[in-house]
Amino acid sequence: MSGGRKRVRWALLAPCAVLLLMVYFFGVSLGRDPSLVPSPLIGRPAPEFSLPELLDPDAVFSSRDVEKGPWVLNVWASWCAGCVVEHEFLMALGRVGVPLYGLNWKDGQKDAIGWLQLRGNPYRAIAVDADGRAAIDWGVYGAPETFLIDAGGIVRHRHVGPLDGAVFSEVFLPVLEGGAP
Amino acid sequence: MGVKASRFRRTRRSGFRSRRLRDAVAAAALALVTAAAANAVDTEAPLQNAEQQSLYRKLLEEVRCMVCQNQNLKDSDAPLARDMRRELRRMVESGASEADVKQFLLDRYGDFALYRPRLAPNTLLLWFGPGAIVVFALGATAFVIRRRMKMPIPEED
Repeated sequence: MSGGRKRVRWALLAPCAVLLLMVYFFGVSLGRDPSLVPSPLIGRPAPEFSLPELLDPDAVFSSRDVEKGPWVLNVWASWCAGCVVEHEFLMALGRVGVPLYGLNWKDGQKDAIGWLQLRGNPYRAIAVDADGRAAIDWGVYGAPETFLIDAGGIVRHRHVGPLDGAVFSEVFLPVLEGGAP
Repeated sequence: MGVKASRFRRTRRSGFRSRRLRDAVAAAALALVTAAAANAVDTEAPLQNAEQQSLYRKLLEEVRCMVCQNQNLKDSDAPLARDMRRELRRMVESGASEADVKQFLLDRYGDFALYRPRLAPNTLLLWFGPGAIVVFALGATAFVIRRRMKMPIPEED
């Protein structure tokens, strides 16, 4: 008889456990932004590109031209609202010598140059991806996006949305300062 | 009985009381269908090779537009969707297989890009989770029913 009672208690407990589990998973999902898609590039070699340079259309900017050491690739466009938000911060990064490179995504050359003249240019070089082909290789699905590539040429992080000091000092800075992968 | 049967047959043949009404409805339906076709976002001419065209159409159905997320490439007019259609088209045209294209997308955008995700350790729950829940629920129900069937039927007072 007591065995039967124990079984009844189990039958009561199981739904409660399932419910708690569901509450937990839904609770976790509530705090997550579904528009943030994890990048499969993390931990893999950075995709290569060879594109015209924005400020010098005769020159070619290749990802191989980037100096040795870790670097940062920022995907931006003059039509992109989030890029205005992060631009002040990028300017500060450029001033302190962060190796920041730009990928001008699906933009007009005039618009892009005008935008930089108005707000300043924090980039060491800017690749023009007019038809969006290189951006697809990087798995870009919006602007701004910022990639961190370590000294070994491995993508270490992808930040979606405007970059700020908190993310930068927590994720980007250790790799940029450490140098080695 | 005979009258009923014949009336039944007549309605089955057309379903409409007059030919004009029937034609009007047919015309409206046709207009709707062609309008939907004209609404398709991809305005490119079909690929020369019929096999490649059907693969291309299939991929457009199954690949997610990463910007709008709940649309596939076929329905999305986002600039990125346009770029990806162009890339897929180029790949299919140059002889890429379905697996090639899917791998291309997986390498860049991950499992999220495919509406029919591949079977991998991180998609096991996605594939078998619902089935497991159904099996668990049926099992639990069967367990409860069998136990109750064993219970003595209480005598009525």
